[in-house]
Amino acid sequence: MTTARATAILLAKELRLEFRTRELLSATVVFALIVVVLFSFAFNPTAEESRQYGPGLLWIAFLFAGSLMLHPSFGREHANDTLDALRMAPVSSFAIVLGKILANFIFLAVVEAILVPVFGVLYNISLAGIVGRLTIVLALGTMGLVITGTVFSAISAHARMRELLLPLLLLPILAPLLIAAVEATVGLFADQPQLDRTWLAFLAGFDIVFFTASWILSDFLIEE
Amino acid sequence: MPAHGTPPSAGPQSLGISFDGVEKCFGSFVAIRSVTLQIAPGEFVALLGANGAGKTTLLRIASLLMNPTKGNIRFTRDSESSQPRSAAPRITNAASPKNLIGMVAHSTLLYDELTAEENLTLFAELYDLSDISSRVANSLDACGLASRAGSLVRTFSRGMRQRLAIARALLHEPRLLLLDEPAAGLDRQGLAWFSETLERLRADRCTVLMSTHARNESLDLATRAVSLANGRVEHDSGTGGDPRPILAAVRANSRGDNQ
Repeated sequence: MTTARATAILLAKELRLEFRTRELLSATVVFALIVVVLFSFAFNPTAEESRQYGPGLLWIAFLFAGSLMLHPSFGREHANDTLDALRMAPVSSFAIVLGKILANFIFLAVVEAILVPVFGVLYNISLAGIVGRLTIVLALGTMGLVITGTVFSAISAHARMRELLLPLLLLPILAPLLIAAVEATVGLFADQPQLDRTWLAFLAGFDIVFFTASWILSDFLIEE
Repeated sequence: MPAHGTPPSAGPQSLGISFDGVEKCFGSFVAIRSVTLQIAPGEFVALLGANGAGKTTLLRIASLLMNPTKGNIRFTRDSESSQPRSAAPRITNAASPKNLIGMVAHSTLLYDELTAEENLTLFAELYDLSDISSRVANSLDACGLASRAGSLVRTFSRGMRQRLAIARALLHEPRLLLLDEPAAGLDRQGLAWFSETLERLRADRCTVLMSTHARNESLDLATRAVSLANGRVEHDSGTGGDPRPILAAVRANSRGDNQ
């Protein structure tokens, strides 16, 4: 079986499980909304301050939501040792990892699709003219976040205190991605929105490096 | 009384397995110590031993879920020699034997939030099987869960989950079946179905390596008995040997333990 076919089967399984239970999505959406709303109440930013600090706040909300969502990604395969069943099946390890990455990307994209309009209203930022460009930045940043997060979810799945371990491993590694995503978003929220291609290229490079690492290391990631 | 001795030679190609000086350590704890065992294709091996003897670890190594710390395992088919090669890698799976291996483990290996039918369909797809819908329907029918095909597994009793776990392990018609306490939770009806299934597999020359407690009547189907103690092979009736003395001794010990 090709890796693409196995990935599609496993992605369908992930989506079916999540949309049936809605465990990850509901908790993550509520958490991310709380973060954005609380910051809005705490700082009551002006329009200028929103343009300046809003992107950082938005990406920190995505980062926290992502680390909350990504932890159970491999963790819930431990309930009945279902990861063993996947490892025994004649499919590549990378298909198992890639199925998780794509599912997490879709879940986080759903969270962002709900969060970004709420953010725009609360922080008085017009998104009308920048939807396309913002989508590109969000897609590249989110892909980097979920690739890295899924890899570290697999690494930390067997560890004791794994709930604590994932953010401790993940957040420092994601610092460069956070800086690039925030800088790219700051350009879009400016009076004259501009898409900074340097930061975009950095995000794409980050995604490619970690995607390649997840492919090369996939056997080690899911072994016992 | 089932016949013991050399397995019959007819039937589809089976997969045997050889352990050559296999050792497995977890930190400083040695779970398996220099196990050398050649299981011929088509043999039905009862793997016996007290708790902690190393049965589960050996089965997990055989299933390719776990790498041995030392030694090799090698899969053999009917036409091949089972002699391990000195230059062989730790695990030889050149012909990708994964689609020929089935396992019933301690856990069910099933998704609680999928239905029985969805679980079997998922694994049928992953094993790239043909005619999936009828195969899944037949499998559910055989294990007595056809009427609950659309129910989530989390609503099942322990016995029903175990039946589905066995059905999942057999779905792709494995030629090497690894069973770790497979009868756990099965009621009388479930045990009868399981025994019938094992008899059919034995007649079909599927290699079976089964770890179970001494009271399990399915042990009478074994063509060979291997007992482990402290990670070592303590007794082995050997290929073509009579497993009954070892089974009788283990059962006597078991009765003694229960008194």
